[in-house]
Amino acid sequence: MFPIERIRNFSVVAHIDHGKSTLSDRLIQETGGLSAREMKEQVLDNMELERERGITIKAQTVRLSYKAADGLDYVLNLIDTPGHVDFAYEVSRSLAACEGSLLVVDASQGVEAQTLANVYQAIDNGHEIVPVLNKIDLPAADVERVRAQIEDVIGLDASDAVLASGKTGLGIKDVLEAIVTRLPPPKGDPDAPLKALLVDAWYDAYLGVVVLVRVMDGVLRPGQQIRLMQTGASYRVERLGVFRPANTPVEALGPGEIGYFTAAIKEVADAAVGDTLTDERRPTSQPLAGFREVQPVVFCGLFPVDAAQFEDLRAAVGRLRLNDASFTFEMETSAALGFGFRCGFLGLLHLEIVQERLAREFNLDLIATSPSVVYKITLTNGEVMELHNPADMPDPVKIEHIEEPWIKATIFTPDEYLGSVIKLCQDRRGEQRELSYVGSRAMVVYDLPLNEVVFDFYDRLKSISKGYASFDYAIEGYRQGDLVKMSILVNGEPVDALSMLVHRQRAEMRGRGMVEKMKDLIPPHLFQIPIQAAIGGKVIARETVRALRKDVTAKCYGGDASRKRKLLDKQKEGKKRMRQFGKVEIPQEAFIAALKMDAD
Amino acid sequence: MTDAPPGGLRPLALYVHWPYCARVCPYCDFNVVRDRGRRQEQAQLASAIVADIAAHARLTGPMRLTSIFFGGGTPSLMAPVWAAEIIAAARAAWTSDEALEISLEANPTDAEAGRFAGLRAAGVQRLSLGVQALDDASLSFLGRNHGADEAIRAARLAAALFPRLSLDLIYALPGQTPEAWTETLARAADELGPEHLSAYQLTIEPGTAFHRAVGRGRFTPVDAELAAQLYEATQAVLERRGFDAYEVSNHARGAGARSRHNLAYWRGWAYAGVGPGAHGRLDLDGGRTATAAAPGIADYLAAVERTGLGWGGAGEVLTSQAVAEERLMMGLRTEEGAPWSALAALSLTPSHPRVQALAEAGLVAPGAEALRATRAGRLVLNAVLERLMV
Repeated sequence: MFPIERIRNFSVVAHIDHGKSTLSDRLIQETGGLSAREMKEQVLDNMELERERGITIKAQTVRLSYKAADGLDYVLNLIDTPGHVDFAYEVSRSLAACEGSLLVVDASQGVEAQTLANVYQAIDNGHEIVPVLNKIDLPAADVERVRAQIEDVIGLDASDAVLASGKTGLGIKDVLEAIVTRLPPPKGDPDAPLKALLVDAWYDAYLGVVVLVRVMDGVLRPGQQIRLMQTGASYRVERLGVFRPANTPVEALGPGEIGYFTAAIKEVADAAVGDTLTDERRPTSQPLAGFREVQPVVFCGLFPVDAAQFEDLRAAVGRLRLNDASFTFEMETSAALGFGFRCGFLGLLHLEIVQERLAREFNLDLIATSPSVVYKITLTNGEVMELHNPADMPDPVKIEHIEEPWIKATIFTPDEYLGSVIKLCQDRRGEQRELSYVGSRAMVVYDLPLNEVVFDFYDRLKSISKGYASFDYAIEGYRQGDLVKMSILVNGEPVDALSMLVHRQRAEMRGRGMVEKMKDLIPPHLFQIPIQAAIGGKVIARETVRALRKDVTAKCYGGDASRKRKLLDKQKEGKKRMRQFGKVEIPQEAFIAALKMDAD
Repeated sequence: MTDAPPGGLRPLALYVHWPYCARVCPYCDFNVVRDRGRRQEQAQLASAIVADIAAHARLTGPMRLTSIFFGGGTPSLMAPVWAAEIIAAARAAWTSDEALEISLEANPTDAEAGRFAGLRAAGVQRLSLGVQALDDASLSFLGRNHGADEAIRAARLAAALFPRLSLDLIYALPGQTPEAWTETLARAADELGPEHLSAYQLTIEPGTAFHRAVGRGRFTPVDAELAAQLYEATQAVLERRGFDAYEVSNHARGAGARSRHNLAYWRGWAYAGVGPGAHGRLDLDGGRTATAAAPGIADYLAAVERTGLGWGGAGEVLTSQAVAEERLMMGLRTEEGAPWSALAALSLTPSHPRVQALAEAGLVAPGAEALRATRAGRLVLNAVLERLMV
């Protein structure tokens, strides 16, 4: 147990790419958490995917020992948080475990959409904020401009912002001193009954389920019988320790301290994040406020390209779920794609990351159906149902009305792209809430239906702004909408994997886009193939794949036999990747490409 | 060795590859080299081919030689004396059929036309002349080293010298109209005296100069619709003139004018391939064996030196399925089709659902003895084969 007045718990808030991980690594290095030799680039982002994409997915924590300028030893607990909106719940739980935050802003780029969302969350959590202007070694760094931005946009005093460079190590000492002198120590009573916040839990191949806790009151010790107040389950603490960043056993964790423990917990889902941990024999009377339960907001079907991989996929999603309670799945069958799973995600990045991990870590070749949001359908008999999959849509005559989720989107963009950004938002049924300028950058706030955003909004935004616009969103709630189910028919047969819920006014455009795309993706057959988009029985768009006109090898003599046979064999092999729809064979690639619609 | 058919020796066709060309055509993806006048190397190659033939004969045992085909490359660049030696070696190696057909591919330049008499004297009776087009603009686009007048002169000389003359023409050149093509075709058939015409759609093959040119946007190959119209026009023009479309690209005035040699390929008969890169199909102890000679001239010479055979004696024994697939894809190119008996390994029968579906669509005609592709089916034969081979 460490004297509480010399503990500082802090997190780092930053936009993606603003150098948060590099800066964190520097803090670890500076305080001797790792020697220079042991130091791998970006220690905290230890998932391969995190390093590659330069993002943080799972919150990480590390305990630093620092001898400050006042000659005293301090314990600094850094909780690194994900920067992306999909993982906002991770951010909120990390913030709840700290008393202060470093606000890291790239001195060459300035404030971005995500910076804003995360810093407000920190302020809402009552944090002290220390602004840090990072990357000041860059020629493009403009300290005064960014200082002014922080004051104008966020409303924080940036006059004593720390100037630093994670890359060169400049100003790292100043950051550490600012943490000690400007952030408050935690409060807590070591003699009170144990009360600790369950910050995170994950599955470790060697240790089993590992639980990260922040002790508020009392003391946590190995061997102690504890109770999770929400689930009521009781466990005996086995290992107790802290991350430095290597896991290091400790004898006790007192108020203000952050560390991990293991117990005989079978699944990550058994350790609900936000739950309060207390002593079985001497429980606290007051559980902590806890967090809102995380609900998936985006769903899509994942199917193996090769049907033989279904069991591998089942095993893989099960493994992922062990470590990611926010990811959900249930079995789904599709006439087009065979057996697969309907999966739920926190957002598009989460979806993309899960897909990539399945491909990479489990070597699976997958098709994802078009992402869909959760609709609330009120039936004429008064019943309300949630719809995760357009294929499950009830008969329209039984539907009283449908509600869809809306978001509040905050977009930062250089002035020159503002027109295109506004047009994009308007086209996606957006409603403007706010438009303001920060220097030459515009900030627009729009209410948007999530179903228009999950489609390809982010890709479009990036492309129309040449990558300069930044985007963040928060779910706002449900609104009633004129939504219809659109089916795609190939040669008269509906292709279930391509059906979707769309707004009536957008249906024709989406339908047209879809059939035009499918027309180019389905190879000519020996007969012509109509492709239609329909709402109920009404066709709203139609294209035709013309019949194959000429396809014969001009010369085929003795020397061509082997080559030609091998070519046909290869095509035959390629056919295995085709799905049969009545008489039509649709290549897998057609589904992948059609579901990844890019242009309006 | 498989059983000989009753009443005689099993038939064998012989392909001789002569890889040299005066100029490499921009559409050609065959195994060819520029002729740099290396007489000594060419003499070595001719001797190696003779040795290769003898080694083949030792392997196959007695067979009935039904055809010899000199292809290339440009075998009309070959000294007639080598052609004579090779023909003599083949006649010595196997028993010559009484109707032994000896064909040679030729380019219609004045220089080569000067060799025609010598090649005829060497025993060639059928000349396959690559005129390709009958106007200078098309010939220049095709990168040919002769003009239209020169080609016409060569064709007339060949018609006078050889008992049998076939002409090769290429269609679907960029910008070519069906009218322009049918006029060329009609002139070739009417004025140059061929008994046989091969009309090939220009195909852009990977690795060719044309492939690179298309890649750089120099020209666009004609679309499938126009190609189909040109193909249909070809059938109509030649049929009116008494040529039967007995294969996808081949037309003959009567059964006797058909290429016996090429029919051997399409009927799945055995053939031996000699010369660099030549392919063969031999029925050896292990079964139907695919052979492929070393494509490089030096490698070929070395292989013959070492083993006697250009393919070094290590062929690929084909599975019964592969044999049936070849039989199907080659057979359906012809009017004759492929006999059901040869398709057993693919489980194809007249009542097979895929056969039935294609028959209903008018693409194949399942007869009592054989499966044939209809004319409409031949136009989209690759797709038809794909359906049948699954």
